[in-house]
Amino acid sequence: MHLSPSIGVWVAVFLTLCVLSFLYKDNPFYKFAEHLVVGVSVGYGMVLWYTQGILPKFITPFFKEGKYIYIVPAILGIMITMQLVRKYAWLARFPMAFLLGASSGIGLPRTMQAGVIKQLEATMVPMGFSRLQYIWNIVIFVGVLSVLIYFFFSKEHKGVFGGIANIGIWYLMIGFGATFGYTVMARLSLFIGRVLFIIQTALGIQVAG
Amino acid sequence: MFLKRQLPLLITLVCGIIWGVQYFIPHPASEAVYSFYTDWGLVIGLFASILGFVSIIRLHYMKVRHHAKNWQFSVVTLSAMPVMIVAAILTGTESGGAFMWLYNYVEVPIEATMFSLLAFYIASAAYRAFRARSAQAAALLVAAAIVMLGRVPVGAQISFWSHLFPGTSIPQIASWILNVPNMAAKRAINLGVGLGMMMVSLKIILGIERTYLGGQE
Amino acid sequence: MDFWKRLLNIDRRIIYLVIAITVIVPFFLPTGWPINVTYEVKNIYDYIENLGPEGVVLLSADYDASTLAELQPMFDACLRHCFARDVKVIVMSLFPQGVGLAEISLKRIAKEYNKVNGVDYCFLGYKPGGSIIIMGMGSNIRIPFPSDYYGTPLKDIPMMKDINNFSDIDLVISFSGTGIVASWLYYAHEPYNQDIAWGVTAVMASDYYPFLQSHQIVGLIGGMKGAAEYETLISKPSLATSGMDAQSWAHIMIIVFIIIGNIGYLAMRKKERRM
Repeated sequence: MHLSPSIGVWVAVFLTLCVLSFLYKDNPFYKFAEHLVVGVSVGYGMVLWYTQGILPKFITPFFKEGKYIYIVPAILGIMITMQLVRKYAWLARFPMAFLLGASSGIGLPRTMQAGVIKQLEATMVPMGFSRLQYIWNIVIFVGVLSVLIYFFFSKEHKGVFGGIANIGIWYLMIGFGATFGYTVMARLSLFIGRVLFIIQTALGIQVAG
Repeated sequence: MFLKRQLPLLITLVCGIIWGVQYFIPHPASEAVYSFYTDWGLVIGLFASILGFVSIIRLHYMKVRHHAKNWQFSVVTLSAMPVMIVAAILTGTESGGAFMWLYNYVEVPIEATMFSLLAFYIASAAYRAFRARSAQAAALLVAAAIVMLGRVPVGAQISFWSHLFPGTSIPQIASWILNVPNMAAKRAINLGVGLGMMMVSLKIILGIERTYLGGQE
Repeated sequence: MDFWKRLLNIDRRIIYLVIAITVIVPFFLPTGWPINVTYEVKNIYDYIENLGPEGVVLLSADYDASTLAELQPMFDACLRHCFARDVKVIVMSLFPQGVGLAEISLKRIAKEYNKVNGVDYCFLGYKPGGSIIIMGMGSNIRIPFPSDYYGTPLKDIPMMKDINNFSDIDLVISFSGTGIVASWLYYAHEPYNQDIAWGVTAVMASDYYPFLQSHQIVGLIGGMKGAAEYETLISKPSLATSGMDAQSWAHIMIIVFIIIGNIGYLAMRKKERRM
């Protein structure tokens, strides 16, 4: 064991314990940490907003490189902030219209290609019984089709249609089970990360790995 | 009325068509139109971010001003913001300075620990709510258990039968679940999401979806 | 209260305590169980392994401290692999919090491998805007990033001289706990055929298998286990590998809780039916 000499590490340990104390019950230590992180996070965001955003993308081109046209998007951006003033809130509609219109136009064909067509293509792969992968391809095809049918609510789930939709539920349940299993893994990893910080970084105990 | 309502809808329609068609035209002029949006959109977004900063400062300022419940903690929030800014001005934003020290030893541990609390909540939820009430719920439970065991080292250790029946170890079954039935279910969901996104885009371009205009006239 | 009822009403704080003990103890009593490598992770490893010194990999740290334990180890492992293979690395972030985490890691690991900023790697930093940044990079990286994190114009950075857009980058790996990874698919892979891979939290991993099967992504690193697999592949065990024993035991404990809950539930249901 070799305790960390860094004050920062011990500040971090104290704040970690403040947050963990919430498991027992809500208390002022937790509230303090909760509000502190909001303030630090916003302050951090503001600094990066200026140094990584406004400075290289507006101040430098506008004031140093003479690209005065940037005043237009700057005004459009400020118009969005007018939502804070009730009387002038309508001004935000113009930049929003531009951003939403353009992003919808850009997104539409790309979503269709990457999110729909390519996904459908990958479902229409060789199927059969000569190879194990071909059998799994049938299982995948049936799964995609049955889950899609399950989500089709314009027709009552009865008869053959209802039967296929029922198969879809089984696929969904297995899928949600896999997601739950992975979710457990994710949540535990976050706590393991904090334990590792205290054991390894603060207490200086070298663990296996 | 035209200025406040029809004109924004017209702008959305025109922009939607221009940037939608742009994808299908492989020409430098088309590429310039695309770049124009990414350049200006970024600057617009930067200035629009002021909205977020002002909102959060106003929220906490009002809490302090009206002595709302736990207003003292809002003082902590409001004080931390200028501290970060002053730290950045004095020591810069590179690691080694006060700004990054505050980030690394204050923000990171609190945020990371807050989310780590979920480990306890999911354990409690698994114990209280994860019930095999039907055959389908049991399938969910079994799939979850296999993935939980199969994706960590212990899965291979307890698959004592796998040398007798190759391909049946827990990690292999977990991998099959993820790559076959799970994949099929998620693909169908993704297809729905993709089609939904396309529909929303179309509705925005055509002016059917107009919540961004707000409730006022 | 009878036994079955009591079994169904264990105090939440006892459950919390058991989980805490189950996670902490394995660090002191390690089992050293081997970590099996999955093809999802191996695909990314193989891709980088086959790149030469002229190869360029872009690592986008699109995460924050909330997912630090899962995503930082995989970011570190990929960075180490790139440096070990002398592949040029561009690091950026679409999340303000990610840039701080990436900078700390980048400086530390670059020192380990004697890599020089601007020559072996370039730290572009952060720009707000999400998808718009990716779109801009497709046209020209200099649109969203006229300078690097430290304010040096890209034209003055030797490594960036011949790197203009996605056509000059071999692989993009986005590390994120949010849906921003999909933006890389829609705006980098789809229009520019850019090879991409994802390092995601375990919560999201199961949702992204369809993109793996359709070969739209090169590979997928899921959660701390995925990071541990990558650490195993590059023979540099680190934080993720250290956490695997605790992860194994904690999963067993959760399954035990589920079994206890279900035994109690079934017993109570049987009893109610009888009554």
